[in-house]
Amino acid sequence: MPKAAADAKLLIQSLNKAYAATPTNLKIIDLYVLFAVVTALVQVVYMGIVGSFPFNSFLSGVLSCIGTAVLAVCLRIQVNKDNKEFKDLPPERAFADFVLCNLVLHLVIMNFLG
Amino acid sequence: MAETEADAAAAPSAAPGRLRNAFGGVLCAFTLILIGVLAFSIRLFSVIKYESVIHEFDPYFNYRVTQFLSKNGIYEFWNWFDDRTWYPLGRVIGGTVYPGLTLTAGSIWWLVNALNIPLSVETVCVFTAPIFSAFASWATYLLTKEAKGTGAGLMAAAILGMVPSYISRSVAGSYDNEAVAIFALVFTFYLYVKTLNTGSLFYATLNALSYFYMVCSWGGYTFIINLIPMHVLLCIVTGRYSSRLYIAYAPLVILGTLLAALVPVVGFNAVLTSEHFASFLVFIILHVVAFVSYIKGLLTPRLYKMAMTLVITVGMAVCFAVVAILVALVASSPTKGWSGRSLSLLDPTYASKYIPIIASVSEHQPPTWPSYFMDINVLAFLVPAGIISCFLPLSDASSFMVLYLVTAVYFSGVMVRLMLVLAPAACILSGIALSSAFDVLTRSMKFQLSKLFDDGSAISGNGSTEATSASAVNTNSSKSENKTEKSEAAPKEKSSKKNRRKEKEVTESVPAKSKKEKRLSVLPLEASVIGTLLLIILGGFYVVHCVWAAAEAYSAPSIVLTSRSREGLHVFDDFREAYAWLSHNTDVDDKVASWWDYGYQTTAMANRTVIVDNNTWNNTHIATVGTAMSSPEKAAWEIFDSLDVKYVLVVFGGLVGYPSDDINKFLWMVRIGGGEFPHIKEPDYLRDGQYRVDAQATPTMLNCLMYKLCYYRFVETDGKGFDRVRGYEIGKKHFKLTHFEEVFTTHHWMVRIYKLKPQKNRVRAKLRKLKSGSKSSSTLAAGRKKNPWQ
Repeated sequence: MPKAAADAKLLIQSLNKAYAATPTNLKIIDLYVLFAVVTALVQVVYMGIVGSFPFNSFLSGVLSCIGTAVLAVCLRIQVNKDNKEFKDLPPERAFADFVLCNLVLHLVIMNFLG
Repeated sequence: MAETEADAAAAPSAAPGRLRNAFGGVLCAFTLILIGVLAFSIRLFSVIKYESVIHEFDPYFNYRVTQFLSKNGIYEFWNWFDDRTWYPLGRVIGGTVYPGLTLTAGSIWWLVNALNIPLSVETVCVFTAPIFSAFASWATYLLTKEAKGTGAGLMAAAILGMVPSYISRSVAGSYDNEAVAIFALVFTFYLYVKTLNTGSLFYATLNALSYFYMVCSWGGYTFIINLIPMHVLLCIVTGRYSSRLYIAYAPLVILGTLLAALVPVVGFNAVLTSEHFASFLVFIILHVVAFVSYIKGLLTPRLYKMAMTLVITVGMAVCFAVVAILVALVASSPTKGWSGRSLSLLDPTYASKYIPIIASVSEHQPPTWPSYFMDINVLAFLVPAGIISCFLPLSDASSFMVLYLVTAVYFSGVMVRLMLVLAPAACILSGIALSSAFDVLTRSMKFQLSKLFDDGSAISGNGSTEATSASAVNTNSSKSENKTEKSEAAPKEKSSKKNRRKEKEVTESVPAKSKKEKRLSVLPLEASVIGTLLLIILGGFYVVHCVWAAAEAYSAPSIVLTSRSREGLHVFDDFREAYAWLSHNTDVDDKVASWWDYGYQTTAMANRTVIVDNNTWNNTHIATVGTAMSSPEKAAWEIFDSLDVKYVLVVFGGLVGYPSDDINKFLWMVRIGGGEFPHIKEPDYLRDGQYRVDAQATPTMLNCLMYKLCYYRFVETDGKGFDRVRGYEIGKKHFKLTHFEEVFTTHHWMVRIYKLKPQKNRVRAKLRKLKSGSKSSSTLAAGRKKNPWQ
């Protein structure tokens, strides 16, 4: 057990060190993803307290949070300089795709919110 | 110096290269247009042979809905409650119909009329299917191009334009969901594969929108939302995870689920039914894999191994808990969360045990072996060659094709109607197989011919032209000598690593590829010439079969029948005759009872309220009608009177030999009625297990309403009552009807309409006096028997 705890500590330290090396724009995207996921969790907890009626509003709220999180992760993948597959993709194009997809997502959400 | 020489050499041969490029593109576009025209025109046989009329049963409902949409607009359509069907229950059309087809045809009609081209709704409905089949072949071209290149794409598109299985559900006049759904299916798959290949979020968005169109169009969309997760899982398991996979799948799940929930028919089923659980499960798995690969990139290998052991021990416990909760939730519902139709697909024996309605539809029976050859013909043995070709080399797209084909083959084996889903897969793989075969054969021919003309000298360019296109300039002689040596030593089978390019098409990264390839297999000249000829003849057989199938087998509108006799063509238009009589000789609010097959046609053409129709959503209501048809006259009259029925319609083919009449369907009525009302027992209608209506038939059979309504006065036609379908004389020949009166029989006795006699004003005194003593007990006994359907 103590070995496992020491291992875990070493692990977390090295993770922190490696993560600190990522560029700032990626860290901002990560923060946004974290924010979206936390909002989704808050909504789920709220649903657990208050009940799930009207279900379509709950569904659209949670799925919009998860949706923007997923799209932000896709943006992060495309903008990351370490990614060999996307080195020909200008980051502006990636961002434009991200905005377009978000537009469609939120249009659907507005329709489904009820 | 060498560079400028190379450049100078490059410039003049780049210009013809570009010209060749352009020429190839134009030829490709022209071929695609021709394929579209072919796909459209091969479906026009029924319009030429009969008339521009809507076929079958289900299309009449779609036609009626489209009429309503064009007359009243989209808000009325969305909120429409139809009270002219399923009397007295009615049907919420807005919430139970897949709106894709009707909205598509409605918008085409609106657009065309806005441009002042006065096409009627019926014309638009009849020709929607051929137009969308042209689109479907273009979508197949795009999909196959993503997997294997332009030549395979053109081949697959040409094959799909003609494949009989698809023709059968999309002739001009077959205005059914599959007409647009197959186009949506192939287009969605194309966009998925394109996203997988390029990793572009733009195509992912388009993919989700195309999936939305598919959900709007057909209940078979569950195939997509289960196939794509299966493919993602396959890619992960075979170690082909990449970030493009994440971009292709994750947005599709979220957007797709939301869009599917928007369609009223699906609604919350998009998140609550088992058909969608696979996509969520794979979504979670994909995130886990993505996270793991991200962490792997951050840590050193030793630390990564440490992290893995730590996570697995913790993760296992959490996973176990989640799975236990999920299993408990799913197991608490009786069908484990699956709908009846999906269960009957997974377990082919399910429907016959529990849901006789689903089992009774002829399209839901398993196909016979000959129907495979009839429906996909030559493709049946080109497909395995295509599978092998997909593995050389295996890419994400080609693994998707193989998976699509394998699942489609399984489902087509369960239900005949799903051969339609197999058709695009078979066409794509056959296109790939044929194009690879042609590639090798023509390459061999070109190489052998050029060898003949050059006399085997070491001159570079020609020897390797089949390996390069015009834009490849760096043909140094050593390389070509190398190649000629290798190709002469190549074995005489076409199994080695093939060159993907075709002569006509010019592709980009040519010089790099020609350095990478190891051997080119080349066949001797005679073998390749004969091989090409044989393949072309095979294609010829396929085309002949397709045209024959389209003209003879699949173009019958089944509302008009024809037969050839010595006097020429004889037309049986009895159905429309009967519906026209109904619409002209009955009141608008009269209710008509018939078996559910004819419900859609009656509401659409006769414009009368029906009791049950082809939607078959309420089994008890159908069982009520089935019980009425199987009961003696008085009991049937009482059932029909309780439903406010005025007219009863039966279809009878005994005079002309029409085999799909109600007497042949009667046992299903008994089974379905008996499923709900236990006093109807199937063995009562069978003599020694055999279904007969002749003198050997059981008294229950000879007294039931269906027998009486079909054979009333039948003996007057030929004096003996010989039934041409069953092939013998009927049992009870001379009888009178006490509770029904015949009001109309069509020209060939195919449709017979009866009216319920109104209740007598007084009961006859003689009966009352006889029964006065035991009246109470007899009425009690009658009362117990009177309402068996409660």
